Amino acid sequence: MAATATAPGAPTTRLGKTATEIDDRLIVAGPLRRTLNKVFPDHWSFLLGEIALYSFIIALISGTYLTFFFDASMREVVYDGSYAPLRGVEMSAAYDSALNLSFDVRGGLFMRQVHHWAALLFVASIVVHLLRVFFTGAFRRPRETNWIIGVVMLVLALLMGVTGYTLPDDLLSGTGLRIISAIILSVPVIGTWAHWAVFGGDFVGELIIGRFYIAHVLIIPAILLALIAVHLLLLVKQKHAQFPGPGRTEHNVVGNRLFPTFAAKATGLLFIVFGVVAALGGLVQINPFWLWGPYNPAQVSAASQPDWYILFLDGSTRIFPAWDINLPGDYTIPALFWPTVVVAGAMFTVLALYPVIERKLSGDTASHHLLQRPRDVPVRTSLGMMGLTFYGVLMLSGGNDVFADKFDVSLNAMTWFGRLGVVVLPPIVYAITYRICLGLQMHDREVLEHGIETGVIRRLPHGEFIEVHQPLGPVDDHGHGVLAYGGAPVPKKMNQIGGARRAVRGFFKPIEEPSQVELEQGREGRGLAAADEARELTSSGRPSEGGRPQEPRD
Amino acid sequence: MTTHDTRPGSTGGADTPGPLHGGPDDEYTPEQLAAMPREELDRLGARYDGVQVLHVDPGPEPGSPMERRAVRQVGLTFALAGVAAFAFVVVYVGSGWFFPDWQWVSGDTGWSALFTPLLGATMGLAFSLVGVGLVLFSKKLLPHETAVQDKHDGSHFDRVTTGATLVGGLHNSGLARRKLITRSLGFMGGGLGLMLLMPLGGLIKNPNTGNPLGRTSWAEGVRLVRDDGSPIRPGDQEPGSLETVFPAVPGGNRQSDAATMLIRLRPAQLEQNAPREGQDDFGYGDYVAYSKICTHAGCPVSLYEQETSRILCPCHQSQFDVTQGAKPIFGPATRSLPQLPITVDEEGYFVARGDYPEAVGPTYWNRERI
Repeated sequence: MAATATAPGAPTTRLGKTATEIDDRLIVAGPLRRTLNKVFPDHWSFLLGEIALYSFIIALISGTYLTFFFDASMREVVYDGSYAPLRGVEMSAAYDSALNLSFDVRGGLFMRQVHHWAALLFVASIVVHLLRVFFTGAFRRPRETNWIIGVVMLVLALLMGVTGYTLPDDLLSGTGLRIISAIILSVPVIGTWAHWAVFGGDFVGELIIGRFYIAHVLIIPAILLALIAVHLLLLVKQKHAQFPGPGRTEHNVVGNRLFPTFAAKATGLLFIVFGVVAALGGLVQINPFWLWGPYNPAQVSAASQPDWYILFLDGSTRIFPAWDINLPGDYTIPALFWPTVVVAGAMFTVLALYPVIERKLSGDTASHHLLQRPRDVPVRTSLGMMGLTFYGVLMLSGGNDVFADKFDVSLNAMTWFGRLGVVVLPPIVYAITYRICLGLQMHDREVLEHGIETGVIRRLPHGEFIEVHQPLGPVDDHGHGVLAYGGAPVPKKMNQIGGARRAVRGFFKPIEEPSQVELEQGREGRGLAAADEARELTSSGRPSEGGRPQEPRD
Repeated sequence: MTTHDTRPGSTGGADTPGPLHGGPDDEYTPEQLAAMPREELDRLGARYDGVQVLHVDPGPEPGSPMERRAVRQVGLTFALAGVAAFAFVVVYVGSGWFFPDWQWVSGDTGWSALFTPLLGATMGLAFSLVGVGLVLFSKKLLPHETAVQDKHDGSHFDRVTTGATLVGGLHNSGLARRKLITRSLGFMGGGLGLMLLMPLGGLIKNPNTGNPLGRTSWAEGVRLVRDDGSPIRPGDQEPGSLETVFPAVPGGNRQSDAATMLIRLRPAQLEQNAPREGQDDFGYGDYVAYSKICTHAGCPVSLYEQETSRILCPCHQSQFDVTQGAKPIFGPATRSLPQLPITVDEEGYFVARGDYPEAVGPTYWNRERI
C-alpha cells in the first residue's frame, strides 16, 4: 500500500500495519469496535449464567478426553486391569474401559472426576441462574424466547446427566437404567413399543450403552451448543437487563464496556470456575464406581441415590401412592407413570410457559429492561417460593431412606411427611412469602418517608424522648420525605449514606498513619451532601471507597 | 461487474467509492482523525456505537505506594499460578520417574493415593490464582469507568423496508396466484418429510411377538441354583433366611428377569402364611419362592427383615409381606411379587414346576393381557 503509507493517520508501527492488512481483507474494525464498546451492567447475580457456560466448556473438554479411552460396548469381557478386587470378574467392555481409564491412564481418574464435577456444577448453575432470572422478572418481554431456550437447555442438561451417568455400566448406574426402562414401559399405550425402540428389545439388551453414548457425546451436546449460541446472540442483540438505579432507564444500559473491564472480570471468573472444578476433581472423590462392581440385575446397594438433579423425580416416585388405574379391557395405567413422566412433564411445561402465564394474568405486555426486586412483585415471588418448596419436598423425599437411617426416624413416617408436605407446605410458604414481601415494601416506604433511624435519642424541652431520623432527601412542610420509591434498594443504615468515615486501610495491620487519616477525614464532609459528590452510577468499588454509598439509590 | 486490475494504469483494484458511499469516513477526513488524541478517538468511536462514557475513575497514580502495592500483589499472584502449573507438570511427569509410581494398588496410602489429589490441588491452584490475579488487576489497577449505552427497540424504518422487499419478492414469484405450484410444493414437502422420517422405522420392533415380557427362563424341571451354579436342597438354609436363586440355564444368573428369592419361613411365619388365591401349593414345605424383580420399577428387592416378614425395595421403599403372598403393604408398588411354583426333583434338589404364572417386573399398559 505504497499510496497510503504517507497518508495522515496511517499506521507506522509493525502491529498497526499488520492490523491494517487484516482489516483490508476481513473488514472487522467496525464490528470489533462495536463489540469492544458494548456496555455490560455490573451485578454479581449476572455472573451465574457465565458459570454455567464455563462449566459446560470444562465438561466438553474433559469429556472429549474421556472418549479417547472409553469403549461404549456391552460385550462381555473378563477384567484384567490393575484394580485387584475386580480382577477375573466378568463385566461389560464399557465398565472395563471405565475402570481402565480410572486406574491405568495417567491422570484419567482426575479427568473423569473433573468431568463429573463440571456436569454437576453445570446443572446447578443453570438452576441458580434460572432462579435469578425468575425472581427479578428478567424473563418478561422481550426476553421470553431466551427463557424458553433456557428451560429447554435445562432439560437437555438433565438428559445429558442421565445418559452420562449410565455409561460406566456399574451396579448403581445399571439400577438407574432399570428404573429408566420401567419409566418408559409405564407410558400408556405406547410404553412397550417405546421401550423396544429405545433398548432394541427387552431390558437390557446389548445396544443401550452404545445408543446412550452417541446421545451423550454427539446429539445432545450438538443441540446444546446450538442453543447456547442462540441464547448468547439474543443476549447481545437485546442487551442485558439491569437493576433500577440513578441514570438507569428502560432505554439504556449503565455499566462497564466489554474492553477491558468486563473482559478482565469475565476471564477472571472463567479461571476461577476452572480452578474450583479442577480442585474438586482431584481432591473430592465422586462416584467411585469400582466399589459398586459390574451391573447385575439381581443385586443392588442400599441408599442408591441418583445425582442431585434427578433426586426430585426419585422423590416423587417414592412418595406417590400405589395407584394403578385399571381400564376396561385389562389395560393399566401404571402408578409409576404419574410421578415420573407426568410430574416432570408438567413441571417443565409450566416453567417454560411461565412468561406467557404471567402476561395473561397481569395483563402486562410492555417491554421491560429494568429488573424488579422480588419484594415488589409479591405474587410472582410467592409463586416461585411455592414451586421451590414443592421441589424441595420432592428432593428431600428422594433421600428419605438416608434421612430415616441417619436421624433414626421411621422410613414410613418420612414417606408420609413427603406425601403430606408436598400438598400442605407450598400454600403455607406462599402465604408467608407474600406477607414478608409486603412487610419489606412497607419498610422501604417508611424509611423514604421518615428517614433512617440514627440511634440518636433526643429529649425535647417538654420531656418527650424522640429518635432523630435522617431524611434521605428533601422533605415537605411536615418533615416527611418526598422521594418516591423507584424500585432500587433503599439505604437503611447511616453507613450506607456516608454516615461513617472511611476505615484505615490495611488487611492484617494498618498500612496508613491513623492520625493522617483523621486529618484527611476532618477535611471531608459527612453525610448525604458529601456523599453526593462522590456518587457513582456503578457499584464497582475500589478499596478507597470505604464510606461511599455501595449501592445506587434514589 | 468487472475488475480492472489487468488494465494498464488501473489502480490495481483499489476501491473507488460509488455514489452511495457515505458514513463517518466522509465526515472525518484522515487529517482530522490524525489530529485527534487517542482518548478522543476512543470516545468518538464509542459515540458511534451509542456509548457515552460518563465518568472515569482513573487507576492509582503511577509510582504511588498504592500502585506499587497492587502491582506487587497481581505479579505475585500470576507468578504463584505459574509455580502451581509447573508443580502439576512435575507431579504428572515425575511419577514413576523420580517419584514413586502413580498407579494405585488397593490399600496403598502413599504417593499413588496422593497422585490424583495432587493433580487436582496444583491445577486448581494454578487456575484459581490466574482468576484471582485478573480480578485484582481489574479491581485495583484498571481505571473504572461508568458508561451508558443506548438501547434500541426494533426500528420502524427497518421493518417497513424489509417487509417491502420480502413481500415484493414473494409477489414477483407469483406463488399467490400460481396455485398449482404452491399445492405441488406442499405435496412435495409432505412427501420429502415423511421419506426422511422413514429410516427411523428401523428402530421400531414389535414387543408382542414371542411374549418376551411375560416369559422367563423358568420352566418345569429347571433347577434353582445359586449364583455359582450349585443346586439347593431343602435343609441347606436356616429357617428365616433368604437366598437369591437363578434358573439352571446357560447365563441364567445374568438374566434381567429371572432372579428369584428362595425363602425358608420360620415356623411362626408358616402358621400365618396366607398365599394368594389359587397359589396354595406353590411353596414346598416351609419354602416359598418369589420374584426378586420389584413390581414397581424393576429394582431387585433385596432387604429382607425376617422379624416383620417384610421385603424392602431399596430404590423406592416398597414393602412386601412374604407371609401374605408378597403383597405390597407400603410404598408405591401396587402388585404382589409373582410367586414361582417349586418342588423337589428325584435327586432331592429344588426345581421349578413351571414359569411364573404372570409377568414379572414393572407394570405396563397391556400387562394383564399377556
